[in-house]
Amino acid sequence: MRNAKSVAFIVAAAALLSACSSTKLQEAPKVEEKPVAQATPPADTSREIRPVETGNVDPLNDPKGVLANRSVYFDFDSYVVRDDGKPVVENHSAYLTKNTQRKVLIQGNTDERGGTEYNLALGQKRAEAVRKSMAALGVSDGQMEAVSLGKEKPKATGHDEAAWAENRRADIVYQ
Amino acid sequence: MKKLHTLLFSASLLMGVAAHAQLKVEIAGVGSNQIPVAVAAFADESLAPEQVSAIIRADLERSGVFRVIDARQPISDTANVDLAAFKASGADALVVGSVQRLADGRFQVRYKLLDTVKQSQLSQLSDAVTARNTRLEGHRIADDVYEKLTGVRGIFSTRITYVKQDPVARDYKLVVADADGEGEQVAAHGREPIISPSWSPDGTKVAYVSFELRKPVIYVQNLVTGQRTVVANEKGNNSAPAWSPDGTKLALALSKTGNTQIWIVNADGSGLRRVTHSSDIDTEPRFAADGQTIYFTSDRSGGPQIYKMSVNGGQATRVTFNGNYNISPRLSPDGKTLAWISQRDGGFSLYAMDLASGQEQRLADGATEPSFSPNGKYIMYATRGGGRTALAVVSVDGRVKQRLTTQAGNIREPSWGPFMK
Repeated sequence: MRNAKSVAFIVAAAALLSACSSTKLQEAPKVEEKPVAQATPPADTSREIRPVETGNVDPLNDPKGVLANRSVYFDFDSYVVRDDGKPVVENHSAYLTKNTQRKVLIQGNTDERGGTEYNLALGQKRAEAVRKSMAALGVSDGQMEAVSLGKEKPKATGHDEAAWAENRRADIVYQ
Repeated sequence: MKKLHTLLFSASLLMGVAAHAQLKVEIAGVGSNQIPVAVAAFADESLAPEQVSAIIRADLERSGVFRVIDARQPISDTANVDLAAFKASGADALVVGSVQRLADGRFQVRYKLLDTVKQSQLSQLSDAVTARNTRLEGHRIADDVYEKLTGVRGIFSTRITYVKQDPVARDYKLVVADADGEGEQVAAHGREPIISPSWSPDGTKVAYVSFELRKPVIYVQNLVTGQRTVVANEKGNNSAPAWSPDGTKLALALSKTGNTQIWIVNADGSGLRRVTHSSDIDTEPRFAADGQTIYFTSDRSGGPQIYKMSVNGGQATRVTFNGNYNISPRLSPDGKTLAWISQRDGGFSLYAMDLASGQEQRLADGATEPSFSPNGKYIMYATRGGGRTALAVVSVDGRVKQRLTTQAGNIREPSWGPFMK
């Protein structure tokens, strides 16, 4: 059951990815064929240059695309990927299963409270939760490494609940 | 040329002053039954760049063990002293000495420790030292006074290492300094975090974790040569290095199996083997004094607690039971006391437990990352105050506290070095 769900998810996510990333599609789109080369033109236009499309922009580099979101947030004392983090995991899993040459470092983080080394181990649990979710979606082990920065590199430097919530996070970092 | 020389000299003088202003010691409490000791200014001590008697006085005062009495006059080690008069002024012992400049530029520092009660000499030292080492010589004399009067080896000439984070420059430094925080030297410097430094038992190397490869990797650095070797860079995290008492091995925390587990590796990075086999977090390993037992933090019971087990594996035994967050085990050099951090009533406190009786004592609040002095009498730890982290020291009986504060930056992760000879 869980597998079937995952597979369905991969298909949907892959479909999303192959579509133009700035539009949201409700149904699976048709695969677009890019006109890379066409029939040979008439001879009298031989001095005209016909441009060649070298390919689409890597969706990873689209700042407005779904892959621009690379952070998965966690509840206090929790090491389970929340519902709001699932699309992030799914989008990147879809990209990585398509682009098997790409590798990611999954960096787990914690809030500032508690010991240095114990927090490092807790951050690792968060990174590992993301790694396992991505593995379940078909990303190969060789493409991922789960590591932790513990409480050492806080994104938010405050000492309140808002800052702590921002720092209970795992980031997907492309290498 | 001469001008340049003068310029360089004043520049180095200025740097020296700045370095000394880095850390400040505050004494927040005193011990009971302090030993009254008179310390005289040493004859001709102004010849040396550091006032030796002032260093001795500061060391003895900071220990909390002594009540230091000013002798009010310079007294040479060769002088005939009216010990009865010092006894009458309340001093049980008297420190006297002299400084002499040698032809080769070094300084001959002589000292005597006199017993005013028995009217006898307890100890003496005479060493020729470079200008740079006059401060160290003061610490060595203070160590001798401490040992002769208490029977315990002194720690004033030992060194500490810690991590200094500058939030403005956004950099991290692994710093080595004297035990009083003076004489800071940078051992490693970079843009990425450094955590968990740990001195080798022979005092020549420090193992630590650096994030410079965007993940925690364990390095061992030779402090003298600057040579650095990677001890563990396995897939996942590599952290929490701790030396075996004989310095041949390191216990580590690695997450190469997915969860953080304890491993042991030879100091050169060879012979990696797994020690714990749990599906939970096992981290912060520390060798007991016998080298055969490892104390560590594990969340196998839910929250983090301290356990111990054989280096050869097998069943783990739980050590802490009070409170639901007990981390960072540290063993005293004699193996009789466990210091650790416990969260009780919200805050993080430093506790010590007599391992034979299980008796617990709360030593300090707002504490993390403890480290025992090599004589087992003090524990250094990181503490937050005034918006930044600094180092503090507490005696194992909890009676004497000192705080080492900085002008700027956060100081964390102290590791107290071994005795040096």
